[in-house]
Amino acid sequence: MYRGQFGMWLWILHRLTGVGILGFLFLHIADTYLVGLGPIFYEDLVFLYKIPPFRIIEVLLVGAVLFHASNGLRIILLDFWESAIKYHKQLFYFTLVLFLALWLPAAIIMLSSVKWT
Amino acid sequence: MAVETQAKSEQKRRYTSKGARPKPANQFELYSWYFFRVSGILLIIFALGHLVIMHLLNNVDVIDYQFVANRWANPLWRTYDLILLFLALLHGLNGARVLIYDYVSARGWRMFALSTLYAVGIFFILIGSQVIITFNPVVQVK
Repeated sequence: MYRGQFGMWLWILHRLTGVGILGFLFLHIADTYLVGLGPIFYEDLVFLYKIPPFRIIEVLLVGAVLFHASNGLRIILLDFWESAIKYHKQLFYFTLVLFLALWLPAAIIMLSSVKWT
Repeated sequence: MAVETQAKSEQKRRYTSKGARPKPANQFELYSWYFFRVSGILLIIFALGHLVIMHLLNNVDVIDYQFVANRWANPLWRTYDLILLFLALLHGLNGARVLIYDYVSARGWRMFALSTLYAVGIFFILIGSQVIITFNPVVQVK
């Protein structure tokens, strides 16, 4: 059995987060389109996004975007900087650290604004 | 063995990343590859900026019709959102195209999947652009 290492998992996660974000994007364009139909329609739907379960999904979505962006930067470095491949492992740690350093504070800020009851 | 004594001219040409070599006539995949990287960098600015504005500087609780009307009263924000729409959709749709190329090999299904992708893509580009460009608020902009 092929035992890929972190590079393979990063590749898989990059694809998964990409698909997830694209799916959300379609939903988001559709819900923003409702703005053109007036406040009643728009606010009826946006009301859904304010309830706690959706706020948690939102935090996960932000996580997906930040991971996809951090790993994307790693890919760009590997593509355009010839010696980058020597630092393959360091780049992986850099990606992980960047992702967490951006996501954890954002998650805390976002979750602290939720009215949980 | 006979293979090892082949004349140099008959040996397979080896190409390095720096040397000249045959290039495919259709450069589309090359441009697609560059587009991913360029749009990716731009999206880091536009998309992460969008997330910061909507979720960190504001939060979902304050986003309502009034919020959108106020924001889109300013043509700069409309332009920002329009650029974001195109960058994100094209980046994502191109990614989906690559996935279809990778995972859908049966000719009929590939045709179906790609057609659906293009149709859905064009549809969302159209409705997304339409609302950003033509939105006219029915409330007073504060």
